This record gives sequence, C-alpha cells and structure tokens, in this order.
Amino acid sequence: MATMTMAKALNAALADAMLDDERVVVFGEDVGQLGGVFRITDGLQARFGDKRCFDTPLAEAGIVGFAVGLAMSGLRPVVEMQFDAFAYPAFEQIASHVAKLRNRTRGALSVPIVIRVPYAGGIGGVEHHCDSSEAYYAHTPGLKVVTPATVEDAYSLLREAIDDPDPVVFMEPKKLYFSSAEAELPARTAPFGKAVVRRAGTDATLVAYGPAVPVALEAAEAAREEGWDLEVVDVRTIVPFDDATVTASVRKTGRCVVIQEAQGFAGVGAEIAARVQERCFHALHAPVLRVSGLDIPYPAPMLEHTHLPSVDRVLDTVARLQWDDQPDTRWVAA
Amino acid sequence: MTTTPQAVRRASPRTRRKANPSVPDPSAGLLPRTEPVRLLNPDGTPLPARDDYPEPPLDALREMYRRMVVGRRFDVQATALTKQGRLAVYPSSRGQEACQVGGVLALRDTDWVFPTYRESMALTARGIDPVEVLTLLRGDWHCGYDPAARHTAPQCTPLATQCVHAAGLAYGESYQGRDTVALAFIGDGATSEGDFHEGVNFAAVFKAPVVYFVQNNKYAISVPLSRQTAAPSLAYKGVGYGVPSEQVDGNDPVAVLAVLTRAVEHARSGKGPFLVEAHTYRMEPHTNADDQTRYRDAEEVEAWRDRDPIARLEAYLRARGELDDAAVAAIADEAEAYAAALRDRMNAQPTVDPLSLFDHVYAEPTPQLVEQREQVRAELAADRDEEGDA
Repeated sequence: MATMTMAKALNAALADAMLDDERVVVFGEDVGQLGGVFRITDGLQARFGDKRCFDTPLAEAGIVGFAVGLAMSGLRPVVEMQFDAFAYPAFEQIASHVAKLRNRTRGALSVPIVIRVPYAGGIGGVEHHCDSSEAYYAHTPGLKVVTPATVEDAYSLLREAIDDPDPVVFMEPKKLYFSSAEAELPARTAPFGKAVVRRAGTDATLVAYGPAVPVALEAAEAAREEGWDLEVVDVRTIVPFDDATVTASVRKTGRCVVIQEAQGFAGVGAEIAARVQERCFHALHAPVLRVSGLDIPYPAPMLEHTHLPSVDRVLDTVARLQWDDQPDTRWVAA
Repeated sequence: MTTTPQAVRRASPRTRRKANPSVPDPSAGLLPRTEPVRLLNPDGTPLPARDDYPEPPLDALREMYRRMVVGRRFDVQATALTKQGRLAVYPSSRGQEACQVGGVLALRDTDWVFPTYRESMALTARGIDPVEVLTLLRGDWHCGYDPAARHTAPQCTPLATQCVHAAGLAYGESYQGRDTVALAFIGDGATSEGDFHEGVNFAAVFKAPVVYFVQNNKYAISVPLSRQTAAPSLAYKGVGYGVPSEQVDGNDPVAVLAVLTRAVEHARSGKGPFLVEAHTYRMEPHTNADDQTRYRDAEEVEAWRDRDPIARLEAYLRARGELDDAAVAAIADEAEAYAAALRDRMNAQPTVDPLSLFDHVYAEPTPQLVEQREQVRAELAADRDEEGDA
C-alpha cells in the first residue's frame, strides 16, 4: 500500500493499459510533452513514444471524430477533453457517431473510445472551466458514463473503461484529482454497473456520485451528532445505473437524499430520485429529496461556494425528511 | 534609439521579397490550377493529351461507362420507389454519375469510402447490394450493409462529420502498417461546416492518406454556392491547411477518373491528403420532397443537360471504337434488368422486429434495457392475444 493521489492513479491506469494493449493510443490537447494540464498523461509520451501518446490540433470535434476513425481501424483511442466546457464542440461527434455507430450498423462497427472529461467545480476555476456536464452524456443512449470518487476506483474504472467494448465518457472530478488515499495498484474494484455502499447506516440513504461523494460522507459523519445514522451510496457508473443497490439501501432506510454538484433541473439526480420513488414507494417515510447545484450558469470563483452542495445544505435537507411524520411545510399551500 | 526610414524598409517583408526574388512561394504545388482539369469537350471530343493527367486505360473507361449507365437507371428507379411509397425519401445524384462512379472506381476494394446520403449510386457502383444501400431510405434500419466487410462507412447525414472519421481511419490504417486510402465524399454546402476544416487539417497534420472529394453540385438544398464561400473555388480551401488540391470538370468522366487516380496515388504514396473539387450539377431536386422551382430556373437546369456525363463518355468511347450500338444496347439492357430486379425486391414488405431495437445499443444490454425489452415483449404479446380474440 502506498499513499497516492487520484491523478497518479489515473496516470498509472493509462500507463498500465498502454503496456498491456498496444492498440491503446492516448491523445488530445497538451497531453504529450506537457503531460496534460492536470498531468494525468504525465510521462506517457516519454515512455511509450509520440505515436502512442500525442498532441493534436486544438479542435475537440476533430479529436473525437479522429478517435472514431482510429477505432474503426482497430485501435483503442483514449482522448482527453481539456475541460468539461471545452468538450461541447465535440458533442455532435459524440451524440451522432460515437454513441450510435454500433446501433446504426447492427453491431458491425463499434467504437470503443474513452473520452476523459475533467469536470465539475470546487477548484476556483474561471468561467467555462467548471461545468458539470454529465447529464448531457447520460441522456445519450449508447454511451456509458462513469465517474470515480476514490483513488482505487479511479484506477479500476479507467482500466475497465479502456477494456470496455462500448464508448465510455469518463468524468474525472477535478477537485478530487489531488485528493490522496492508501491504494494498492493494480486495483480492481467493483465492475461497471455496480454502486457501492461507502458508509453503512440505518436512518436514511445519501446517494451521490463523483465530487459529491466526499460531501455525502462528511455530512454522514456530522449527522451522527444530530442522532442520524446515514448510509452513503456511491453511484460510480451513472450509465449503466445500479438500481438494485440503490433500491436495496432505500428500502432498508426508508429515506433518501440524492446529492449532485450539477444544476438540478433535469439532471442525473432527478432521474435517480424518480427511479427510487418508483421502486421504493411503499418503503418511503418521506419524499425523496435532492441537493444539487443551483439552476444557474456556473458562478465566478468567489461565489462558487454558494452554488456547490455543502455539508450544511445536505444536513438541512436530511432534517426535512419528515422525521416527525409531518408534511414538509415548504410544499404545503398557504 | 531612432528608426531610420531605411531600417523600416529593411524590416518590411515586401521589401525583402523584392530584394530577394529567389524566395520560393510556399503555396507552390498546393494551389489548384485556375481552370478545372478537362480532358473531353462536352460533346465528347478529346482535348489535347496532357502529361500531368494521363488518360485512364480504355477498359477502365468502358467499365466506368457501364457503371454510370446502371447507376443512372438505379437512381431513376429509386426516385420512382419514393412515388410508390417504398422509400421514405431519396436524394438523387442524377447528373453526378461521373463523380459517383469515378469516386469508387479510383479505389481498391480494401480502401475505405466515407459516403454521404447522396452517394447511393456510388455505393451500388462499388458493388454493394442496392437493397442494402436503400435500407436507410426505406427505413427498416439505418445502415443496411456491413461497413466493415465493404470497407464503406455508413452513409453520413450530419454534414462533414465523416471528414474527421476518414482522417482517423486513414491514419490508423497507416499506423498499423496497411497502405489503405480513405476517400471522403462531401458536398459544396458541407465545406462550410467546421468538421470539414478539422478533418482536412487533422489529415494534413498527421499525413493521413485521405482524398477529400468535393462534389460541387452548386446547391445546398436551395442555397447557392455564393452563400457558402467567397473563395475563388472550393479547391482553394486546401492551401490553408497545406493540402494540395485540384479542380476538375465533374461532368467529364475521363478527367474525373484521371484526377482522382492521381489523388489516390498521392495519398497512398505517403504524401498526405489531397483535395479534389469536381464542378458538377444536381439535375434533380435535393430530394423527391423538395420544390426546386422556388430557387432555380428550368433554363438553368436545361443548360446542364448539354453537359451530360454519360452522353459525353459514350460519344468518346464510340469515337475510339470501344463502344458500338450493340454494346450500348447490351449495357442498357443490363441496367433495365438491374432496375427491374431492384423494383421486385423492394416490392416485398420488409420484416422488422421491434425487439431488435434493444440489440445493438451496447455490446450487452444494460439492466434498464433488459427491463424495457421485457415490457415491449409483453405489449407485443398482448397485441397478438387481442388480434387472436378478434
């Protein structure tokens, strides 16, 4: 065991995948000599050569479309979108080709591409550097959407993404890049499609993914002082979604709060809340509540703390889970 | 420090160029010829032979003629199938036969084609089953042929997006030691899309063996070329990316095949991409659903009938003794038989399976798709029971 950062684990996952499979090629903007603006590809070009890890022209649609062609030729491209909002020019390629080629061709073509997207906020980034864009991808059939919250998951999920026969949008929470933990590589954690209970509890379930998982865990610790024993479920893979684990937890606790950093309206948390309500209605003691970012464009750095789900906001929400069996006064007509 | 007028003059590039006329023009070899390459007059009489574009072998031209005649008959039949309700829609490439056939005839079977929705004729000329080609437009699935087996990407509807795929595929092939060339078809309107520029640029930077083949048929649905570009011609877009280019008379089959053959050789020899613009004309509306009287005059369309590529090649091959009445009649018969067989096969109602909707979303369906499949299966079973009761 060694202490390492999530950034280092991601870097090791790329290096190990390149070592194991010579079809794996890594490319994007500044990923070569520089090693990426977050250093996730650090050292790969020096180690594997500039045919295996290379910089491209500064054009995101070009990067993803180029990856489609490379995948058609039999390679396994792993591309980096430098920042969440910089991936939008590639959206047509992702939605119209990456996600659909298998389906359009009845399986004759597949495009096993990994699109790495550093996403979400909490790093004091100026505008266009902190979007939570996971819902766009999760809403697009044909894509898998994965987001790690722990160091070992970062390694394992990225290895699995590269091996996966389908295209994977791999969402890396920027604020967790330099979080560190004891980890032993090569780690293999739970596979795609499995959510994981990060903290067992009996009174309510907090469902979170990516950057919201540490917030949920911290809130669960703080809730002990209020007398609540909270369970925390880490979704890990938004697509495919693990209804079974989430449902089992909520049926056990009878209460559920879904936490996401993204703006709330029509977000992934809305989908999760709906699914929990459909499947756990008779086990619920309170409506499923959500804690999300505000429905605003991502704010300037000095205001982002107001936007982001905080431990206090999570605890305030847990407090509204009708512990006294009374209706939530916010929703009762005056 | 003061700056003298002499110093200013010395620093001016204009002055330096004048002082040193031997500095080579960096765009040399990249710009297209100012006039489209043409080897036949519109009446089929040959122009003087030229060293840069030698005439293709006569047997290749005969084969081109055959495929153009069959291709046009296919195109007419496909339009007729829309009127019978057998196709949802059909974008005709009538008048563009030299480009449609030349684009695939210049390639090996192992080369890759990246077609758009208007390349149905090119795909049948490549030997793909016409029913499989028309699956997209009949609507029983999207791509009806096997792209991997036919080395032909699905017909691309999102404009110009295939330009980047062609760059990636061609680079990936050469990366793995294969001498595959990719040819991307694209229309004049789509050269305004960002992906055209990104594709040509990526191909150039990575020296990918791609031929970008622009069929400039003068209209993007209704919008004329003048609204797409202020460039002298679309071939001039190559120089900005360091890509050599050429323009060709797209209704001169001999010139189209000669120029594309050289472009493919250029790509295969490791010199990177090549851009070809063919000046042609879409004789039919954008699709059967379009009303071309709203944006162009009948006289304009009529004027292009005199530049018909099939009549032009036929006249030339007859003059060269490569075609006679009997050969022309035999090819016409072959085309009729091809169309008749297509009509008969398209008259059969295709079978579609609603449960197949879930088969190819992912390599393995997600639990959610398994649930939805079961729901649809139950709905279908209930429908069948109701029909059985009725």
